[in-house]
Amino acid sequence: MAQASRAERRQTSWWHQNQQQLTPWLFLAPGILFFLFYVIFPIFQSFNLSLYEWDGLGEAEFVGLYNYEELYWDDAFYTSLKNNVIWLALYLFAIPAGLFIALFLNQTVVGIRLYKSLFFFPFVISQVVVGLVFTWFYDPTFGLLNAILGSVGIPPVNVLGDENWVTIGIIVAGLWPQTAYCMILYLTGLNAVDPEQIEAGRLDGAKGWRMLWYIIIPQLRPATFIAFVVTIIGALRSFDLISIMTNGGPFGASRVLSFYMFEVALSEYGFRMGYGAAIAVVLFLIMLAFIAYFLWSMYKEEKAR
Amino acid sequence: MFPTPIERTSRTWQVSYQALLPLALILWLLPLIAVAVFSVKPDSDFAQGNYWGWPSSFEGFTNYSLVFLQSDMPQYLLNSFKITIPTVIGAVALSCMTGFALGIYKFKANIWIFFMFVAGNFVPFQILMVPVRDLTLQMGLYNTITGLVLFHIAFQTGFCTLFMRNFIRALPFELIEAARVEGIPEWKIFWYVVLPLMKPAIAALSVLIFTFIWNDYFWAVVLTQGVESQPVTAGITSFNAQYRAAYHLMSAGSIVAALPPVAMFFLMQRHFIAGLTLGAVK
Repeated sequence: MAQASRAERRQTSWWHQNQQQLTPWLFLAPGILFFLFYVIFPIFQSFNLSLYEWDGLGEAEFVGLYNYEELYWDDAFYTSLKNNVIWLALYLFAIPAGLFIALFLNQTVVGIRLYKSLFFFPFVISQVVVGLVFTWFYDPTFGLLNAILGSVGIPPVNVLGDENWVTIGIIVAGLWPQTAYCMILYLTGLNAVDPEQIEAGRLDGAKGWRMLWYIIIPQLRPATFIAFVVTIIGALRSFDLISIMTNGGPFGASRVLSFYMFEVALSEYGFRMGYGAAIAVVLFLIMLAFIAYFLWSMYKEEKAR
Repeated sequence: MFPTPIERTSRTWQVSYQALLPLALILWLLPLIAVAVFSVKPDSDFAQGNYWGWPSSFEGFTNYSLVFLQSDMPQYLLNSFKITIPTVIGAVALSCMTGFALGIYKFKANIWIFFMFVAGNFVPFQILMVPVRDLTLQMGLYNTITGLVLFHIAFQTGFCTLFMRNFIRALPFELIEAARVEGIPEWKIFWYVVLPLMKPAIAALSVLIFTFIWNDYFWAVVLTQGVESQPVTAGITSFNAQYRAAYHLMSAGSIVAALPPVAMFFLMQRHFIAGLTLGAVK
């Protein structure tokens, strides 16, 4: 009896002493385990899988770097890669466009709050719906775009059926919600701009573009950083719009890596899991460059704190 | 304030600004307005080529009731709710705990665990696709709502942890120290001190995750097929295949599919925006 209570006391005191070291791990355990299981391990599994030829059902056959060699000769891979670069470059346009709209809406007139929310609307809607809407907008027979072009005498264009225009057409659809996102980031950022600096700038005779460039934009840095992160990630993740609007066509001209990977691994073109994994690895490595940069910026900021 | 407040500018600019605002808004939302008009048009308008004109008769009621009563749309909507709500609860609960651990305690691995969550959150979906699909198949959860929910919870925990940890970092640390001096056990500090202060963060994350998961298309396609488990984003494609060229019904279906996150946004706007800025831009 006495022994038991002593043991108990020792136990409580052991827990008591180490409580602060152990508690964080107990709190982290479920989250970390889940995350490792579903996110971190699968990354390594994909790396491994890219060395195999596998149809998803039968026995996987080890083929070494063969998948990557095949990738090297695959024209569709280069088309997708080129489109990814175009996506990255053009998608960034959402940042200045978002800033522009934010500046336009940063006023205090009656009903401005409602205007701001309505301008933000496209971001809340599923990309599936956005894709559908823009498909109709571009439609060669009845689309609004050609109705407008026709009224100023330009012959109709079939945006989504034209290899040269299709990617740009889809990106424009993607820019619509993305610009809305950047706009809201800048609207919140503009709220935090120091009014004294603006007044000081005004006294020094700065206005318009000079004021914007030298006084406002430097203060919007945190918003710009987040806008940059979400836009890059969004550009490299583009899948929904392509799948809905063109399904990669015409003749694969609008594929990007994320879509091509899906097509190779999980569609009627066959179930080539290993080859798909190899494409995913390439996409991952591109993304990794950006992720490393983001983490590095975050790390610097943490240190500075 | 920048740009110059409208009250301090010339009269002409004031008037033109007031006129520009609604004009810009209509232009900006034109694609959506078009769909809304489509959804109340009668079938015959499309057959006669009246695409962009005024509806010849108001058929909103017929179109929407057809979507709700004669298609699989209600089932898809129900699936979407069954996927979205448990995911929100799961991811927010897990990240309250991870955020607390990473935000309050100082230990060597802290920043690396945090970076693991952040980095994992930015990874392209495709690198996870084949292994996660295989895993789900092996667990017998392929084409089930549970399978999809479990993955969503795990993946969203990355983003939620980032958000929660930053939020908790910004709380006054003296509160925790004071509680420790009182000899309150750590888990009680979490439950009675920190958690009540996290309410705004929980609200913000919930709305945001609701929208993300509701609008997810990729994982719905990868992990489910068929009416019994697919959410509305994936369902709308089969809906559209069923009503090919019936633009009035496709529009009505799209609007129904898009509505819940829109309603969520308007009801909880302030929280939503706090969430989007990752809590970093105050």
